[in-house]
Formats: sequence, C-alpha cells, structure tokens
Amino acid sequence: MIVERRWRIGLRTVALAYFLALLLLPVGLVFYRTFEHGVGYVIDSVTTPAAISAFWLTIEVTAIAVPLNAVVGILAAIALARSDFRGKALLNGLLDLPFAISPVVIGLSLVLLYGRTGWLGPWLADNGIRIIFSVPGIVLATIFVSLPFVVREVTPVLREIGDEQEQAAATLGAGAWTTFRRITFPAIRWGLAYGIVLSVARAVGEFGAVSVVSGRVAGETMTLTLLVQQRFENFELAGAYAASALLAVIALLTLVAMTRINPRREEEHET
Amino acid sequence: MILVRGVDKRFGTFQALDDISLEVPDGSLTALLGPSGSGKSTLLRVIAGLEAPDSGTVEIHGSDATNVPPQRRGIGFVFQHYAAFKHMTVRDNVAFGLTVRKRPKQEIRSKVDELLSIVGLAGYQDRYPNQLSGGQRQRMALARALAVEPSVLLLDEPFGALDAKVRAELREWLRNLHERVHVTTVLVTHDQEEAMSVADRIVVMNDGRIEQVGHPRELYDNPANQFVMGFLGPVSRLGERLVRPHDIAVDTAPADGAVQALVTRVVHLGFEVRVELRIDGEESVGVQITRDDAERLDLAPGEIVWVRPPHHERALDVA
Repeated sequence: MIVERRWRIGLRTVALAYFLALLLLPVGLVFYRTFEHGVGYVIDSVTTPAAISAFWLTIEVTAIAVPLNAVVGILAAIALARSDFRGKALLNGLLDLPFAISPVVIGLSLVLLYGRTGWLGPWLADNGIRIIFSVPGIVLATIFVSLPFVVREVTPVLREIGDEQEQAAATLGAGAWTTFRRITFPAIRWGLAYGIVLSVARAVGEFGAVSVVSGRVAGETMTLTLLVQQRFENFELAGAYAASALLAVIALLTLVAMTRINPRREEEHET
Repeated sequence: MILVRGVDKRFGTFQALDDISLEVPDGSLTALLGPSGSGKSTLLRVIAGLEAPDSGTVEIHGSDATNVPPQRRGIGFVFQHYAAFKHMTVRDNVAFGLTVRKRPKQEIRSKVDELLSIVGLAGYQDRYPNQLSGGQRQRMALARALAVEPSVLLLDEPFGALDAKVRAELREWLRNLHERVHVTTVLVTHDQEEAMSVADRIVVMNDGRIEQVGHPRELYDNPANQFVMGFLGPVSRLGERLVRPHDIAVDTAPADGAVQALVTRVVHLGFEVRVELRIDGEESVGVQITRDDAERLDLAPGEIVWVRPPHHERALDVA
C-alpha cells in the first residue's frame, strides 16, 4: 500500500511539475510581465489603432473561417460516416493534410497558387482581386489550418450512434432535414461544440500560415499573433506582452466556453 | 395486403434475397423465420423502404411502393435495439411521428397518453430512454411506431435483445395487442418458438429464398423439406425416414411394423423423457416420450424395445 501511495504521489508530482514548467509558468509570466508597468500601460498598448485593428481582424477571420469549417465539417463527417463512395479513403486522408503539413508550407502553397506569380495570380490581378497580402488570403490560410477539427470530432460520434435512430425517424415520416435537425444534430452537438472550440483556438492563434500570406500591413492585414511578433521584434516587449495577454484571454475564454460545455455532457441521457 | 414480387437484393457478392415473392394478407401476423443470413431482415427492410431491391416490386395495399421512400409508405418499424431517441423523453419519442405531421398539440398529447397506457407505460412520459428497462424501451418503440397509425407494422427481431423471461412476456403481450389493434404485422425472428407462439403465418427463409409458407402447425406437421423440418423442431432419423422424436411409438412388446432397438440412455426432463436408442448397432435415434409412458415401460439403458414410425404424412423421406 505504501509503495502504491508513493507511486501515486510521485506521478502527481511529475505531472504537476511538467504542467507548471511547460504551461503555467510561461503563461503566468506573460501576465506578470504584462502588468509589470501597471494596468494603465496595458490598456494603452492594447487600445492603439494597430492593436484594435489587429484584434478585430482576428475576430473577423475567425468569424468567417470557423462557421464555414463547421458546416463543411458536418457535411464531410456525414459523408464519411454514413455513405460509401469512390474516393472516400482519399477524402479521409486529405482531411488530415492540414495537420500533417507545416503551417508555413500551407502559407507558401497559397502564395504559389494565388500570389502575383502564382497559377491563378495573373487572372486574379486582371480581375482586380487581391488574395495574397490581403484579408482573403488570411481567411483562406485560417480555413486551411483549422479544417480538420470539426470533422475529426463529429465523425466518430456519428459512427458511434449508428444510423438506426435516423432510420427510425425516416419510418416515422421525417425527411432528411427534420431528421438532421431533431435526431442527428442533438446527438452530435457536444462533439461539434468541442470541434468548434478547437477550431476557434487554432484560428485565433494561427501564426505560421498567416504570417506568410498576410504581408503585415499595419492596420490592414495584421492579426493579433502577427502584432505580438512584430512588437517583439521591435523590442517593444511590454507591448508584445500586452497583445499576448489579449490573445491568452481570448484563448482562455474559449477554454471556459468548452468547460461549460463539458459538464453538460454528463447530463446527457445516455447509459 | 403486402405483395412482394420477384425481389432480388445483393450486397457485393452476397445474394441476400433471391427472387422472393410473398403475399402478406391483411390483418395477419406473419413471421419471417430463418437462420441469420437467410435474408429475413433484408426482406423486411425492403418492405419498409430502408433497402432498395435490385429488381422486383413491393406493393402495399394495392399501390406500388417500390420507389416510395419509407417516409410515405405508411409503415411502423421497430428495431431490435429499440432505436430510441436518446435525447428525448418518452413522450417526445412517441410523439415524434405526430409532430412531424404537425398535428395539433392537444391531439398529440392525448394520443401519446392513450398509447402509453396501451403499452403499459402510463406515468413514464417524462422519463428518458436510459431510465427504462429493455422491455420498456421496446414497448415505447412500439407505441412510437403505432402513433402514426401505420397500415403495416414491421418488427425486426423486436425481442432479440431481451432476456428470456421478458421475451416470453412481450410475445404474449404482442399477440394480445395484435388481437386488439389488428394492424397487418410482419415479424422477423430466428427463434422458431417465438414464431410459432406469436404468428398466425410463418414464412421460413433460408439462403435468400422462401422455403415454405403456412400456418405454424401446418409447417410443423407437414414440412416441405428437411430444412423446414429441422428448423421448426427436433428431428430423428428412423431408417430412411425423418420424423419428430415424439411421433415415434415405443413399446416393450413387438408390434406390426416395429423394429427392435437397444436403449442406450434415458434422460428425465420433467414432463418429457428423452430416450436414446440404437437400431441394428448403427447411429443412435432420439425419442421423446411422456413421463407416464416412461414409467409404464420402465425403461433403462441396456433394455430392448420395439419402435414404430408414425403414419406417412408426419414423416419425410431422407433426400
């Protein structure tokens, strides 16, 4: 018993030390350094026009990318879990591509496609459409990197619940949309919510792919993560910390949203 | 009436249904009986519209339903594993078909209450499916299927997931329900006892084909072939004849047409006594006799008896 107890305490110590050193300490330090010069300074540095613009751009990009990925993700999950078609394995593999490829490479591939010398570049330029070094490019990059979350969360849930409830709904007269709305959606909503939270976190925090396609035009194509990087490089450390703190707050809010979802999972009426 | 004509269904290389034609009369309770893989569930799902046949037609009450989706076939379907809507209360489950049809709230409420009292779940309206036992869930599923007043009720191994006692209760209950509601019912089962005790017609299926259709007793007494005979009950081989073990007459004295046999084993199972015999030193023959007969004959291993096969129509020649 004593040995077991020692083991348990040892394991806990290791786990806690690990989290402390790798997660809590750095994040805590960011907050500490942020407020080192007082709250007034923080408020000043996150309310500069550049910071406000970066904040709203990040929100805007997330607000476009995440709902799009949620809808596409649900459709892809239904296709993967409920039907059999040629190229299903291919689709399944492609959906993991954004996880497999480095974000920087994703950004570069977008430049190769939409950039001025890219495949579609000349045609886009002729039609006055600007994607790279502009907001649409940032949105595309963000969609790309946050694509798999919803699919990967929803597909296993769909597989697990099976299609009997949906068939039962069909025999009771429910059409495809009614069946989705009243049977499928309530069953996948927690998986979907979790996928959305992860997508939001990734969309808000994305740096690599966005930094390649953004061009970092202050007040135009500067997202929060890019602002942090820029301030850091310009030795505006306090400003960088403040912007980081803002990012961390957004991340924490999504985490809180997630933990508010999770307890309700227990209430679900499943055995 | 349900009319199935020339239905074929393949899954890859597996022929699930092979040129099936079947007639289910109005108001009957028909059982599709067969081993797993015999195509019985597939046939039921084709009737429901949950599977599309590769060829052939399905007619329900005089109109061609082959290309009609399940939503508009006027059917009620009950699944082996209940397919309860887990996130809905019992009331919402049963009301589902009616809310889809946008019936007035008051009507739905009274209809649901009425159905729940028919299936013995009055007072369970606000429970969730996981708060019900298996038998209760299946009765809820039945109420849900009946709520839309289907012209045809289709049950896919409805009691298969329940324990023996509950299964026996629900069979009895289904039989009574059918006598009250009289909706044309098709029940899929692999359990011959269930088919015989519940159905008024049995369709025996094997390898995607129908072997025989008839009244339970007719199938038991006059099976069309060895498969049907073997699936519906125990079979013993007596010379070149296949007979029911309880149709074999056993006596300690020689009689006309009787052959001599050696008793090798006697097993007492309450009312029934199973006797194993050896004829001409060959393979053993199982015989079922009543306890009274066993006592009268005072059988014990090593004794010599005379056995007589039943008259012709109750036996089948070995193919």
